[in-house]
Amino acid sequence: MRPIVRNLAGLAGFLLLWEAVVRLGLVPEREVPPASVVLARTVSLLGDEPFLRDVIATVLAWAIALGTAIVIAVPAGLLLGSLPGLRVATRAIVEFLRPIPSVALIPLVILVVGGGPESKIALAIYAAIWPILYNAIYAFDEIDSLLIDTARSCGAGRMRILASVALPHAAPFIFTGIRMSAAIGLIVVVSTEFIAGAAAGIGQFILAATSGGGRMDLVLAGTVVAGLLGYLINDGLERLGRRLFRWHTATTAEAM
Amino acid sequence: MSTMLQVTGLSHRYGTGEHAHVAVNDLTFTVETGELSCIVGPSGCGKSTLLRCISGLITPTGGEVSLHGDRVTGVPEDLAVVFQDYSRSLFPWLTVRQNVEFPLRWKKSRAERRERSEEALEWVSLPGVGGKYPWQLSGGMQQRVSIARALARRPALLLMDEPFASVDAQTRFELEDLLRSVQLQHGSTILLVTHDIDESVYLGDRVLVLSKSPARIVADLPVDLPAERHQITTRESANFVSLRAEVARLLQGGTPAEPAAGVVSEKPS
Ligand SMILES: Nc1ncnc2c1ncn2[C@@H]1O[C@H](COP(=O)(O)OP(=O)(O)O)[C@@H](O)[C@H]1O
Ligand SMILES: [Mg+2]
Repeated sequence: MRPIVRNLAGLAGFLLLWEAVVRLGLVPEREVPPASVVLARTVSLLGDEPFLRDVIATVLAWAIALGTAIVIAVPAGLLLGSLPGLRVATRAIVEFLRPIPSVALIPLVILVVGGGPESKIALAIYAAIWPILYNAIYAFDEIDSLLIDTARSCGAGRMRILASVALPHAAPFIFTGIRMSAAIGLIVVVSTEFIAGAAAGIGQFILAATSGGGRMDLVLAGTVVAGLLGYLINDGLERLGRRLFRWHTATTAEAM
Repeated sequence: MSTMLQVTGLSHRYGTGEHAHVAVNDLTFTVETGELSCIVGPSGCGKSTLLRCISGLITPTGGEVSLHGDRVTGVPEDLAVVFQDYSRSLFPWLTVRQNVEFPLRWKKSRAERRERSEEALEWVSLPGVGGKYPWQLSGGMQQRVSIARALARRPALLLMDEPFASVDAQTRFELEDLLRSVQLQHGSTILLVTHDIDESVYLGDRVLVLSKSPARIVADLPVDLPAERHQITTRESANFVSLRAEVARLLQGGTPAEPAAGVVSEKPS
């Protein structure tokens, strides 16, 4: 319970500081509305149907992208992790592709897949693949040979070793990759909506609020919701991971 | 007695060309059914390599292995291995029961698996821990789980690679006695390798002494001690003391001392 209290105290302190800075006139209220206004706007937005549609559009695109990235990256990681030859052969291309920022690919993606939700999904898939792939390669490569020998001496063949030893062994590492990708995927979806425009989405909502009247309270409220979403996703996955992989935390803690 | 294991001219070389390393060189021996044979040899002499060849985990570069008359080409159905490093050999994501049932996973019904794992856990005096995870147990208990897993397979031959080298002395004594009593009760055929002279003599019905790398068999000594052993009295007995001295001499590169060997093989049990 302690860390939660401390986190909340930190958050409250930040909000108070924000409120104070604006109220004291250190920044113009027209450009940065005070925390109380933004929070009130956030609460009212959460009951606003068009805005909720934007949230759903973003979450849907995020979920599809993350799911697709998992489906691509896990088998690819397995392949590259267990075949060192293939890993060496593909290293140059992987190291070249990985650092390319997703937003730099927006023009290319719009050209290839069009301007619909496919483009933000495609970009999020691209960005989300790497952490999962890296963790999967590492996990499948690092598997203890004694564990494999044990399974073989128990009469397990290749496919059974894959399913009942390699996958469970790699699962916590892959899950860590998924958690990182979940955050990255959300960032990419929202930024693509904001930069390239979209029919719906939190990024689109923020973009619309920026242009025209420049409703900074709405812009910031949208940002708060995006942050909240990211926090909830990460927290949920962290809880799930702790529950699923208790054996992993326990054994790695023991080794240290 | 019938022959359970026949090893003929077994050699194994790791690598090729300049980096080739001969780990085992031309080993020939047999293990009879119902016998607990110990192989003792210095560290690095090729004991693990030998066991890995017998268990079908690696294909020897020379010679052959047969188990109850069938030539070993892959991992045989009715063979089980216990490794030294229990903490790396138990699946940490499985409970103790699931670990013990692992070799039966694809062969037996759920009910039969459950029955066998309960039974095997009882044999190693670990009833009631089936629901725990291996990492929640002490080292000695973890190695008991490995042994239970091996026994659950009902192997014709049980191979053990320095199974007690990683536990403390007290636990090792307990596990040695446990192994002897399980073996006596079930008439299991066991081949155990160790670098520990005392352990080989205390546990074995017979001790095969290996030379330094590459392993050759230097001697094959019957162990003339009562079937029921006792950590204190057995280790004090004249037979035990002279045998361990004999094994120590052989390991240091000496030749078998004739009188000692004579005494050992002629004394009635
Ligand atoms: N996979 C391997 N590749 C190359 N050399 C190996 C391998 N495994 C073992 N060796 C070498 O073979 C020799 C015998 O090893 P091992 O059978 O493990 O001996 P022991 O179990 O008696 O300690 C050692 O010199 C070791 O370095
Ligand atoms: Mg060894």
